[in-house]
Amino acid sequence: MSDTVVKVENVSKRYRIGVQEKSDTFAGQLKNVITYPVRNFRRIAQLKKFDNENDPSVFWALQDINFEVKQGEVLGIIGRNGAGKSTLLKVLSRITEPTTGSIKIKGRVSSLLEVGTGFHPELTGRDNVYMNGTILGMTKKEIDKKFDEIVDFSGVEQHIDTPVKFYSSGMKVRLGFSVAAHLEPEILIIDEVLAVGDFEFQKRCLGKMDSVAKSGRTVLFVSHNMSAVKSLCTKGIVLDKGKVALDGNTNNAIDYYLQSNQYDGYVGHYVNETVGESGFVSVALLDKDNAIRTEFGFDEPVALKIKVKVAELHLKAHLGFRVIDRNERIIFTSEIKLKDEINEAGVYQFEVKLPEKFLAPNKFKLTFAIHHPNVEVIEFLEECLSFEIVETGSDFHIYGGADYGCVIIDSNYILTR
Amino acid sequence: MKDQEYSQIIEPSKGWHLIDVKELWRYKDLLYFLVVRGIKGKYAQSILGIGWAVIQPLVQTLVFTVIFGTLAKLDSDGVPYILFSFAAMVPWNYFSSILTESSNALIANKDMLSKVYFPRLVLPLASVFSKLIDFGISFIVMIGLFIYYGFVPSINVIYFPVLLIILIMTSLGVGMILSAMAIQYRDVQYAMGFMVRILMYSVPVVYSINIIPQKWVYVYALNPMVGVIEGMRAAFLGTKAMPWDLISIGAAVSLILFIFGAFYFRKMENTLADIA
Repeated sequence: MSDTVVKVENVSKRYRIGVQEKSDTFAGQLKNVITYPVRNFRRIAQLKKFDNENDPSVFWALQDINFEVKQGEVLGIIGRNGAGKSTLLKVLSRITEPTTGSIKIKGRVSSLLEVGTGFHPELTGRDNVYMNGTILGMTKKEIDKKFDEIVDFSGVEQHIDTPVKFYSSGMKVRLGFSVAAHLEPEILIIDEVLAVGDFEFQKRCLGKMDSVAKSGRTVLFVSHNMSAVKSLCTKGIVLDKGKVALDGNTNNAIDYYLQSNQYDGYVGHYVNETVGESGFVSVALLDKDNAIRTEFGFDEPVALKIKVKVAELHLKAHLGFRVIDRNERIIFTSEIKLKDEINEAGVYQFEVKLPEKFLAPNKFKLTFAIHHPNVEVIEFLEECLSFEIVETGSDFHIYGGADYGCVIIDSNYILTR
Repeated sequence: MKDQEYSQIIEPSKGWHLIDVKELWRYKDLLYFLVVRGIKGKYAQSILGIGWAVIQPLVQTLVFTVIFGTLAKLDSDGVPYILFSFAAMVPWNYFSSILTESSNALIANKDMLSKVYFPRLVLPLASVFSKLIDFGISFIVMIGLFIYYGFVPSINVIYFPVLLIILIMTSLGVGMILSAMAIQYRDVQYAMGFMVRILMYSVPVVYSINIIPQKWVYVYALNPMVGVIEGMRAAFLGTKAMPWDLISIGAAVSLILFIFGAFYFRKMENTLADIA
């Protein structure tokens, strides 16, 4: 007897996207205006029809998705924006049906794509707890039983009989999460609703998630928060362009995501086209497999590959680089004295390793220089590389978003009494 | 593993399906709270609150009584015009509010549709049921008017439940059709805003059915509301025998609307979140 509780087979989902029609002649435009209702009718009627295979307005948000989740597994679904995560969630939670394929589920499912769905601003907190709870699939009896617990957890006891329009947005979120936290499904499908509320509340939410996961229930969790995925999930799948790019253990999934998620905003490789008789040929950021990357997990080393051309004249120069964070704070500067290393002109390559678990998760820029201290700057590449350290479970991940410094070090201490 | 071990299978739906009554029953509490939300939300922070359900039909009837009864002197089957029109206004106001409410029912809640699954049918159902409160209140006002005018209803009032069933069935059928249609074609929503005012003249609310040429009466009665309104007058005013011919034509159309509505809504249900 297998214990698969969710089985997704060949699931695809098709949407229609807008295609702009425009004419460049006045007569053409006029015709467009007159035929507008007709075309509109055709367009709207077609929202649900997909006859033509090569229609440019058809978009496949999911293509041939296959995976299984076993009883008690916590599956992390990761992928960049537009990879199909939300669509997959909506199909799994029956909000929209798949175009092809099937999903087989064993057990009671609750899906949480938003907190406080169905809240009515004019109704009191009490009424809204019942409203939201029944929308999420609870019965009145179940809510009656857990009502005190829900209110207690939310921390808005004093205002429970006040219309929620007078609530702060934080209070609304807390009340909504509290209702959701008291669902008791066998399978929980959850979107990134953790990124809400104040810090104190976030910690409580993560704690609740953790206890749900540890209680042996099956959880499908979609997130951008790598540290949450790392700490909660037992398995991960990476979605890319509507397909499953990787299905494996959490660490592999996170690694794959970081490697593939090479964001346009960062520069991992810079070739200096205008190198003179001395100067930088190229600089690059490498991962542990010697591949160029711009996003690194907190627990991964970052290697700098610096290729320099040195003329006879500059054999005593210093080669330096500097790490700057996004607030233009200089984190540190490091130098190599060339005279200690080389004694003739040529092209040399230095590989510098920045240790793992050192730079705190943040966005960084790199500046390179080759110079004679206090005499002459031979070449200066200002902020030519940029990269990001992604939170993959540092001790500080619970303070997500807070500024606790630029580097993390383990305190060495001696305990006496 | 065998498929039957799974409690739920999500697949693309094909063809026409019946409404899943069992599932709807599981969500009865949601329906209840949506009805409560509809009523409480509507009258929240208003001085008169539910009193508006009394004032609105009363003022409307007074205006009609002055314009059509006193000034235009329309025939009112020999009873005071205010009773004549109010007896028709009670079911008509209910029906017309369903027309506008249900074409809004899904659109107003489309955030909910795209965030959580529940049988979508509860939304139009909730508007049909929450409007029953207004209906009940104006019904009580009608009884009040009867007492004020010292008018005793005929024995035919025992048939009122039959009329009520036709009224609710028609409302449900039309509600299901309009709500599902409006989410794809918003035109429905805009059209219903003013159509209800015009549609009132397609049923004998302000005038008597006697002005309709005899040979067209059965065509006229294809509108189920004609049978209901004339039935109300026969039952409460007792000016004529129960018009069973009109009522049965209306009931048949109403049943067709209801069945078609149920299938149509079910078919639209699965794609609602995509086109909302």
